[in-house]
Amino acid sequence: MAYDKFQVLTSTAYPLPTENVDTDQIIPARFLKATERVDFDINFFRDWRYNSDGTPKEDFPLNKEIYAGSKILVGGRNFGSGSSREHAAWSVYDFGLRCVISSEFADIFKNNCLNVGVLPVQVSAAFADTLFAAIMADPTTEIKVDLPNQTVTLVATGEVESFAINSYKKENMLNGFDDIDYLKNIENEISAFAETRPF
Amino acid sequence: MANTLFDKVWDSHVVRKVTDGPDVFFIDRHFIHEVTSPVAFLGLENRGNSVVYPERTFATADHNTPTINQHLPVADPLSANQLDALETNAAKHGISHWGLGDENNGIVHVVGPENGITLPGATIVCGDSHTSTHGAFGAIAFGIGTSEVEMVLSTQCIMQPKPKKMRINVNGKLGLGVTPKDVALYIIAQQTTSGATGYFVEYAGDVFKEMSMEGRMTVCNLSIEMGARGGMIAPDSKTYEYIKGRAQTPKGADWDKAMKYWETLYTDEGAEFDEEFTYEASDIEPMITYGTNPGMGMGVTNSIPTAESIEGGVETYKKSLGYMSFNEGDSMIGKEIDFVFLGSCTNGRIEDFRAFCSIVEGRQKAENVTAWLVPGSHKVVDQIKAEGLDTIITNAGFVLREPGCSACLAMNDDKIPAGKLSVSTSNRNFEGRQGPGSRTLLASPLVAAASAVSGVVTDPRTLLTA
Repeated sequence: MAYDKFQVLTSTAYPLPTENVDTDQIIPARFLKATERVDFDINFFRDWRYNSDGTPKEDFPLNKEIYAGSKILVGGRNFGSGSSREHAAWSVYDFGLRCVISSEFADIFKNNCLNVGVLPVQVSAAFADTLFAAIMADPTTEIKVDLPNQTVTLVATGEVESFAINSYKKENMLNGFDDIDYLKNIENEISAFAETRPF
Repeated sequence: MANTLFDKVWDSHVVRKVTDGPDVFFIDRHFIHEVTSPVAFLGLENRGNSVVYPERTFATADHNTPTINQHLPVADPLSANQLDALETNAAKHGISHWGLGDENNGIVHVVGPENGITLPGATIVCGDSHTSTHGAFGAIAFGIGTSEVEMVLSTQCIMQPKPKKMRINVNGKLGLGVTPKDVALYIIAQQTTSGATGYFVEYAGDVFKEMSMEGRMTVCNLSIEMGARGGMIAPDSKTYEYIKGRAQTPKGADWDKAMKYWETLYTDEGAEFDEEFTYEASDIEPMITYGTNPGMGMGVTNSIPTAESIEGGVETYKKSLGYMSFNEGDSMIGKEIDFVFLGSCTNGRIEDFRAFCSIVEGRQKAENVTAWLVPGSHKVVDQIKAEGLDTIITNAGFVLREPGCSACLAMNDDKIPAGKLSVSTSNRNFEGRQGPGSRTLLASPLVAAASAVSGVVTDPRTLLTA
């Protein structure tokens, strides 16, 4: 599935400081029954966004008007743990988010994000705290995520931290490429390798 | 050079290394199920690609399937649609498919080993995080996303950075009533739910040497619950005994050739790990969780820790206990329960049913408890019947259901109702995991059985004789 290129993103952000947010919260299993990738934003954080009668939980950050339209989510430590469901990354993307910032990501979620065009930005715990404090103090706080320079900046104060991403994945994100493009180009090398496998 | 077991298997599957990027990693065996594969097949077809090695992919229906009346059409139209899609995609692309009612059908991580598809030294992936189960055989096995499922279908490779290496040793002898599930929950409690993020784990030491293959599968299965991508155990005589003669294991000269390779699969003396931990078997009790991630576990006789005494954020901790309606300092023993769930890719194998029956035999299910006993596969069902365990189950007031993932993730009708408390042998106690508002206590089949007959959380050692 192709996605839009990611270059430099400046946006307000939803704050979600809860730690260990697992992918069952991001999208509960009962909403994984589709056979096509459409509209996964509808049930994004379903049980944290809505009461059982379907009314919104007003105090949940994703429901707050002051953050509406943000393209960045700042999440607590160990974001995206648990199930490998890529539907979690799809729901992030479909909700209009292009970047999740956290002090630690679960491995599979991070991989899935990179494969669907959501940039996972890992920052220090101290910088994550700085971002949370700034957003809580002023919900119009803007964060600038600069992929070419691998930096994340708190626009108002100029506080900045760099983040890591390998140059292969960075190139993919900058250009909207994915791994299948790469792998199909080395098909012959793969089939020669397959011949050598004992089983 | 001294290499670890993990290095040996990983390095032999690298097709090429991308400069400052991931490895192009070859996949020997690929399992698919109805939930995480349909969009991958759509992607494949939209790009005009085909499945390059259909004989390396195996489809089984498990996540969405009902656990009663499997002979009837599936009532939920969305579930039925996914099951149809799996069958259609498998047929179209020449992939073997074990649908509902097939004698080989069951939970993907139970049927893979049963049919000899899981082999030492193999690389195995599936769009399911508990694929780590297959590491019990000395395979490198881990969960992937749907984009990667499409990669494997269309190229038989994925692109992965090599994880760091961790070894976890557990030495000594386990006490009465302490099972592989308790060993895993103990390790996860020590590591926390994210302590092994970025690592691939090798389990070593006396306890794993002594452990059955079923037990090793339980332990490797839960590796993901401390953040590890997977876990593995070096193959030995128990491994070979388990796989020999199964439907898809190598036979004759191929077996001999494979054995020569498998006997090289161990960590060399002096090989280095990025992290190493050693625990003592005698420190491990029957375990139970009290919170909303698998790292929030403790000995069943302990009290819930105070927020000040735990690592990590106090607010997250209090939110978790609030969801569970528990208080700091509460004892778990004696808490009234509503449900018991025996099953899942973690504890849905024959040994788990034997353990459960060892306690419920001659006793009766407590009246306040609804129990769902869900075998991991049809082969497990057959074995339960062959050993007469079904009679013990029935006599004790329980009902045996049909195989599937069931209440572990509650995608089918097996949902724990809001507010209800369940002792479950599955793998996740996340908020709403077993149904919206459900509350889960993870534990072993022995703790589940003891609690099922008592109606309250119970230490199984009080019902066992040495």
